[in-house]
Amino acid sequence: MSTGSVLEIKGIKNGLLVHLDPAREWKSFVEQLMARIEQQQSFFKGARVALEVGERTVRRQDLGALQKRLKEHGIDLWAVLSDSVTTVATARKLGLQTSLDDPEKRGKEVQAEAAPEVSPHAADLLREDDTPPIDPEEAGSGGVLVKRTLRSGRRVRSDGHVVVLGDVNPGAEIVAGGDVIVWGRLRGVVHAGASGDSSAFVCALDMTPMQLRIAGHIATSPAEKRREAKPEVARIRDDRIVVEVWNWGTQ
Amino acid sequence: MGARVITVTSGKGGVGKTTATANISVALAQLGKKVVAIDADIGLRNLDVILGLENRIVYDLVDVVEGRCKLRQAMIKHKAYPDLYLIPAAQTRDKTAVSPSDMVDITQQLRDEFDFILIDSPAGIERGFRNAVAPADDVLIVTNPEVSSVRDADRIIGLLEAEEKGPGKLVINRVKIGMVRRGEMLSMEDVVDILAIKLIGVVPDDESVLLSSNRGEPAAGDLNSKAGQAFRNIARRLSGEEVPFMSLDGSESFFQRFVRFFSGSVSGPG
Repeated sequence: MSTGSVLEIKGIKNGLLVHLDPAREWKSFVEQLMARIEQQQSFFKGARVALEVGERTVRRQDLGALQKRLKEHGIDLWAVLSDSVTTVATARKLGLQTSLDDPEKRGKEVQAEAAPEVSPHAADLLREDDTPPIDPEEAGSGGVLVKRTLRSGRRVRSDGHVVVLGDVNPGAEIVAGGDVIVWGRLRGVVHAGASGDSSAFVCALDMTPMQLRIAGHIATSPAEKRREAKPEVARIRDDRIVVEVWNWGTQ
Repeated sequence: MGARVITVTSGKGGVGKTTATANISVALAQLGKKVVAIDADIGLRNLDVILGLENRIVYDLVDVVEGRCKLRQAMIKHKAYPDLYLIPAAQTRDKTAVSPSDMVDITQQLRDEFDFILIDSPAGIERGFRNAVAPADDVLIVTNPEVSSVRDADRIIGLLEAEEKGPGKLVINRVKIGMVRRGEMLSMEDVVDILAIKLIGVVPDDESVLLSSNRGEPAAGDLNSKAGQAFRNIARRLSGEEVPFMSLDGSESFFQRFVRFFSGSVSGPG
């Protein structure tokens, strides 16, 4: 059973997922992977490969070299999954995805939501976890549509707006350059207008965020348990955050 | 095919994963199922103690993985429940001694012969958790009705969904009946409301669980134990039976509220 294997390959919805034992050396992993590919050329030919490296920090030249070698074998390295911020940033610099969601499908979701001219940025806007610093120029120009409940530990960042179809649970976090709309219960941490736009707003079907920030202002939900959920909007009025019942037509 | 691999996990430590694994394993064996319980908590093994098999360990999971013994040799047959086997964890090593693919290999070898393979996951979201979840067909998430364990359970469900193992089924453990009655405890509704996954069991806090764990005779074998009854119900639900949730405090109103709530959010009184 103990094969001494430093890698694991499994089939996933969109290609192959190669998992690398984070405790092992990068060089021996690359050697083993290439050996495996040599052995089973027909299996790997034309494959789309995602690489899971755990907490390992992968240097840019190492990743670039691997990408190139795989390409020589007709293999498309399209994503790198990592818990390391550095590795994720490196992967992005090389134009790789950093989550397993199908980029084509996600791109479409964004286009449906955002103005057509932002579609070239669609993939960029969809970056979850740690996206690059928010660019004020971009705020309000596009958005991210997240069609699932954000559970604890999940973080979504976008330069533009964020729309969530689902709940935002305690422990989840949204940081948006623009507005945040939650079609569900907002119970996590949310920051709208993160690049300083104090006209940004947050709205939710049930607004009980752990913490709500708009531009430089911070508010928390009142401690008493308020039932009867109703759609509400939070925005800045007279230099502080106010939360009002959703009544869009009259505002 | 054959066996269903069920991993018991929680994120937070101390919520009763190992107790749940032991009790559900015993309850499944009592139903005549062939069961293997695997302790994946390498370095902090406990499942053997709760099952009362500690003194019979010769080989463990790491010995199997590293080829020092055959899989058979590491399997300890329970004297009281001949259909129940335990593969104990190593006490002297750490989680990196086993890889997720080792766990898949081991369960593959056992699938033909057994009905259920239960894996007791360590706390946390690191390597040990990934080892335990890798071969899972189904995941049971154990939580207590208190905020921090629910938070961790939520994180675990998110991770399971990302690994396409999710969302799993929920066991709410250590429900203090008196506190629920007085409305002082996070209600079952609150817990299911946040986690939004299917509930498969509600286990009352019961001193008999602690006593029987210390004796190495899981409460599931004790017909007078309420917690034991709850674990037996979970086993029956895992075997495909429809079992109504039992009344925790004897008051009909609570029970009815309960059933009404869950039949509204899941299909049938899961």
